[in-house]
Amino acid sequence: MPTKIEKDTISGRETTGHEWDGIRELNTPLPKWWVYVFYATIVWAIGMFLLYPSIPFVHSYFHGLLGYSSRADAMAGVSEMNALHAKQMEQIGKLSFAEIQKNHDLMEVALTAGRITFADNCQPCHGPNGEGRIGFPALDTDVWRWGGTLEAIQQTITHGIRANDPETRNSQMPSFGADGILKPEQIQQVADYVMTLYGKAKPGVDVSAGAKIFAENCAMCHGDKGQGNRDVGAPPLASRVHLYGDSRETVVAQVTRPRHGVMPNWNKRLSPATIKAVTLYVHSLGGGE
Amino acid sequence: MFIRHETLEKNAFYLLVAALVTVAIGGLVEIVPQFFIENTIEKVKGVRPYSPLELAGRNIYIREGCYLCHSQQIRALRDEVERYGHYSLAAESMYDHPFQWGSKRIGPDLARVGGKYSNDWHYAHLRNPQSVVPESLMPRYAFLEETPLSYERIAEDLRTNRAVGVPYTDEDIANARADLEAQADANANHDALLKRYPKAVIVPAIGHTITEMDALIAYLQVLGTMVNFADTSEEQLQR
Repeated sequence: MPTKIEKDTISGRETTGHEWDGIRELNTPLPKWWVYVFYATIVWAIGMFLLYPSIPFVHSYFHGLLGYSSRADAMAGVSEMNALHAKQMEQIGKLSFAEIQKNHDLMEVALTAGRITFADNCQPCHGPNGEGRIGFPALDTDVWRWGGTLEAIQQTITHGIRANDPETRNSQMPSFGADGILKPEQIQQVADYVMTLYGKAKPGVDVSAGAKIFAENCAMCHGDKGQGNRDVGAPPLASRVHLYGDSRETVVAQVTRPRHGVMPNWNKRLSPATIKAVTLYVHSLGGGE
Repeated sequence: MFIRHETLEKNAFYLLVAALVTVAIGGLVEIVPQFFIENTIEKVKGVRPYSPLELAGRNIYIREGCYLCHSQQIRALRDEVERYGHYSLAAESMYDHPFQWGSKRIGPDLARVGGKYSNDWHYAHLRNPQSVVPESLMPRYAFLEETPLSYERIAEDLRTNRAVGVPYTDEDIANARADLEAQADANANHDALLKRYPKAVIVPAIGHTITEMDALIAYLQVLGTMVNFADTSEEQLQR
């Protein structure tokens, strides 16, 4: 506690009143403007306390006079943004694909919404331009497993492939090797034949045995010339576009123990109108039928 | 003043006590009410403890330091809700010990990554992230696929979580091993597992041994999928 406030004779100012072994200190108060700004921040804080959620009670808390909620604020922002294109998106949801395609303005909104949604949700598997990855089909070619019409693409995006959805697309290639349907040497023969379908066969290899095995086991789904069958999602084999690669080992591995890719169903994450927009976008990538 | 502040300043013990009391007021006002205010943890349906395989995967997630680059917390901001989905709820991490909210986003937020990609994608991506996302700077985790998952102590792991408040039942703990093995086997009977842990994603172990990668993917596939927002009133969440 200051005990002896004195007036300094040289400067004419007061001391703080503290004394340490005869040493005293001049009192240099903070500038007035600073002190008043400081008091103003206290008043400001009281105002903020009253306006915004602040004081905790036992089971609840003071919600503030403005009733502000950061969560409500964020959701309001989302609705506001959705409202910007609500009219167009509503029409996209309602109209048929043919009608949307005729309307230039709607197509513009649909393709933009589709591109953005694709970049966020589809690109990690199918690549930024739908060029595909090993194990994830390319979307920019006319080689389709389940069909490349707008309706087929919409169906695939909505319900997925081998996804957790009652209407999902489903097919299962038998494990010809692992389940012992074909002997290892038969798998080697059929692999030689399959490679002739896409023109990568080694010259001089006799494929007649493989052709016979193919006709008996594979042609039912993949077609007698390997053209594929979209009803059961059997990929065309007579094609330069390959899901897992075109090497001999890949073919043998797939016949022995097939891999069954999964595409998620998007009806839980995207609205029907957004799915239609993505469909139109995917259709426009180059392979649409 | 009833205490002369000389007394405080000249006595280390009194000063320590007084400083402690002053700091404790901040804690009392900011932390303690969280335990009593009714809507700190939202009352939503669907959040359940992690299944044994998911819990094992979560341990791998923590061990590998995934939280250093990936957050698990979608903030209530418009652009985050747009990109990642519904903002995260406190209820969604109430069984996390410790929580994995993270504070850095060198990679994307993972709070709702569950179900967004197929299992195959996760296998391909963890083996070699650049094979599916060429611009990614995530390191390769292919070794997880070669490391068998060590789960002989999984029941103890559940029990430890119960000790800190996760409501695992005796039945859950007794079946921990069986549940873990069932979730990693596509051909097993999953009825009991899915009854105890709805929405658990079956992660078929490639080959026969359950690997660390299987466990990690089971964990990633359940993130953010437990609450069904279609049945949840948005107003109730907005406090």
